[in-house]
Amino acid sequence: MDAASFAQGRFREFMLAVLLVAGVATLPLFVKDVYIQNILVLTLMYAALSQSWNILGGYCGQISLGHALYFGLGAYTTALLFTKFGVLPWFGMLGGGLIAALIALALGYPCFRLRGHYFVIATIVIAETAYLLFLNWDWAGAALGVDMPVRLDSWVTFQFARSKLPYFYFALMLAFVTWIVTWAFENSKWGYWWRAVKDNADAAESLGVVVFHSKMAAAAVSAFFTAVGGSFYAQFVAYIDPGSVMSFQFSLLIALPAVLGGIGTLWGPALGAAVLIPLTELTRSYMGGTGKGIDLIVYGMLVISVALARPDGIVGLFARRRRARASA
Amino acid sequence: MTTTPLLETSHVWQRFGGVVANNDVSITVAPGEIVGLIGPNGAGKSTLFNLIAGATPPSDGTIRFDGEDVTALPATARCKRGIARTFQVVKSFESMSVIDNVIVGSLVRTASIGQARDKALEVLEFTGLLHRAHAPASELIPSEKRRLEIARALATSPKLLLLDEVLTGLTPSEAQYGVELVRRSRDRGVTILMVEHVMEIVMPLVDRAIVLDLGRVLAEGKPADIVRDERVIGAYLGERHRARSA
Amino acid sequence: MLSAETIVQSLASGLLMGLLYGLIAVGLALIFGLMDVVNFAHGEFLMTAMYATFGLAVLVGLDPLLSAPLVAAALFVFGALVYLGIVRFAMRAKKNIGMVQIFTTFGLAILMQGLAQFLFTPDYRSIANSWLGGKTLSVGDIFLPVPQLAGAVVSIATFGLLYFVINRTDFGRALEATREDAGAVALVGIDRNRVFAIGWGLGAALVGLAGAIMATFFYIYPDVGSSFALIAYVTVALGGFGSVFGAFAGGIIIGLVEAITAMILPPSLKSVGIYSVYLAVVFLRPRGLFGSI
Repeated sequence: MDAASFAQGRFREFMLAVLLVAGVATLPLFVKDVYIQNILVLTLMYAALSQSWNILGGYCGQISLGHALYFGLGAYTTALLFTKFGVLPWFGMLGGGLIAALIALALGYPCFRLRGHYFVIATIVIAETAYLLFLNWDWAGAALGVDMPVRLDSWVTFQFARSKLPYFYFALMLAFVTWIVTWAFENSKWGYWWRAVKDNADAAESLGVVVFHSKMAAAAVSAFFTAVGGSFYAQFVAYIDPGSVMSFQFSLLIALPAVLGGIGTLWGPALGAAVLIPLTELTRSYMGGTGKGIDLIVYGMLVISVALARPDGIVGLFARRRRARASA
Repeated sequence: MTTTPLLETSHVWQRFGGVVANNDVSITVAPGEIVGLIGPNGAGKSTLFNLIAGATPPSDGTIRFDGEDVTALPATARCKRGIARTFQVVKSFESMSVIDNVIVGSLVRTASIGQARDKALEVLEFTGLLHRAHAPASELIPSEKRRLEIARALATSPKLLLLDEVLTGLTPSEAQYGVELVRRSRDRGVTILMVEHVMEIVMPLVDRAIVLDLGRVLAEGKPADIVRDERVIGAYLGERHRARSA
Repeated sequence: MLSAETIVQSLASGLLMGLLYGLIAVGLALIFGLMDVVNFAHGEFLMTAMYATFGLAVLVGLDPLLSAPLVAAALFVFGALVYLGIVRFAMRAKKNIGMVQIFTTFGLAILMQGLAQFLFTPDYRSIANSWLGGKTLSVGDIFLPVPQLAGAVVSIATFGLLYFVINRTDFGRALEATREDAGAVALVGIDRNRVFAIGWGLGAALVGLAGAIMATFFYIYPDVGSSFALIAYVTVALGGFGSVFGAFAGGIIIGLVEAITAMILPPSLKSVGIYSVYLAVVFLRPRGLFGSI
């Protein structure tokens, strides 16, 4: 494959994404049911979140099970700035992203010295500490959280009571942006460095890759967009508390679509979210109400079978077929 | 020879706990040479390699490369200055394609992916892997993976290439290809220091051989002289003797 | 201001609880040390043991102290089955094996919680009458709750036994060997799957013991395992992966730190002390206190 056909392939990939986004953008014309619209918004949000997580976890190989920290930071930054100081959510979003990126860098400094399970547990423990701190922080609402009553529908304050559509389009845009960011990094020196670090850090160093800087860059980018997602969520649900935005369960939920769809791949997180989120929501609605735990049983079996049956994720299915066709 | 050496280790020591792996080792490698580093098992060859490559800092002594003291520099900085290495146990980037593996190497010299890819293609052709450029590295056979190690290292445009037993365990034809590859690399201007076990292959290849035994430099000189050196023979026989009585 | 008495009391309780944490954690450490898998359903194994003990107490009237060995045996079988039926397949993944293991066991954890909820409802249960429950032993001015004391004793005995098994018996050597080089072990005729299944069984049995004892003084409900699971991971990581003794030492440290933190900070922030100590230790020693991996 020469440079020309490679560039062609990249362009085709990009156009595919544009077409998909355009297609999804037309969904509200057909889908009027508010409940389903809600699922769509959540699916897109998780796609964006998981795509962000994937940059650090999938490409760079640093598995974080504490990403709820950044999500929560984004949510709280926006909510607190808005309710306490009247700062518009758009600035709050940016601020939240930057704060999250800075904290990711500060944490990365000691944490990236850790390898394997020690690192994973450190991420869990740090997020749990933040969760507990917010639970006890009275100024931030402690356990009661922050309430953001919607006064009027406005893009300025990014609050809408009457329709979910603005949130839908924003979430779609966020999912697209995180996809583009991943796509761009994939064909950049960072993308190559990240994958090298993931596969073999020693070999990467022998080839001049400064492993530490690579990890830090991945962490900062990942944290930034995860926080933006959190800010979005705060505006979407208009009420946040530590349990809903900073819990360990949430950290796992951010990572799961990437694992299901194909960790370390470009399309994996979106595919995974498209399958997982509707299933989760529907299961919970139809089976969770009874309190009998059937939704958990189904969900648990789903996670197990997905993890076992397709360790390459859904993307692995396509890759296999494509390779079979190529060698035929 | 009046040229300044490309690589110079001065009284380098490496101690691990109570063990002395490298004992007052001083060697030089001149630009354009192919130097063989040989010796029985446990002689300290790999340790010395790691010291030169920057994987571990020496307990004592200095390492000079291209006129500069690099003793305190980590592996990444040494790579930028022109020291590249392969690993004895091949460390390819398994989830990446062959060409992507090599591109990682090229990226030391250029930030442009396009240029990195061009360089990678050129190196793949040089090492005879062009036809496998888009195969996943995980699907290569062992000898191809060895070549990939070398290709990756060559992509960093090194001045000094450290080869760690790249000719061991190959079929005769693969080994012959390897020997040619080393020669062609030198012809391109890369100085080579290679650790090897397989005498019959390496002695005809190298300009000079350095023999390590029990952490010290035992002898050095032309291959023809080394193979007849009594101390060297004694060291290898001693190894066989030690192995037999163990 | 805290009196010396209160402090000593607190530390004593913390020590006992720490020994129990060690017992909970050692099963996890064993499984990891054997095959490099972190069982994210470990807390649910504990929960299962607690429900089993509860069931035996309520249905058959069997006291937890008596049913403990039975529960441990049942958990042994359960653990082996989980390996053979689920985890074994996770180990076959050629790529991303770490993620596959994490999410497979995570899925199992959710499934088990769901099952518990289905079978027992989310209601909190407790064992009303047991030989150990509700009693305290007073040593001077210190009150030692008998269940925790029993747990501590069992923990120490268990670690002693484990030390013996791992270092002095053939089985223990087989466990070590399999961890080092499964391929070579297969050549010698030791069936890797068999060793792993037994390893899982043993790990589950150990946490089963802990669960049986905890059922005498802890409420039992579907997600009781979650909080202990995290403490178990932190304990093992603090002690260092690959070290059984590390789990023992880690447990004691965690128990004491938790007690000390509870004296200084509000109760809801109790865990922050543990987390801080973990981070402080691994930042200084990236492989935990005694870790070999």
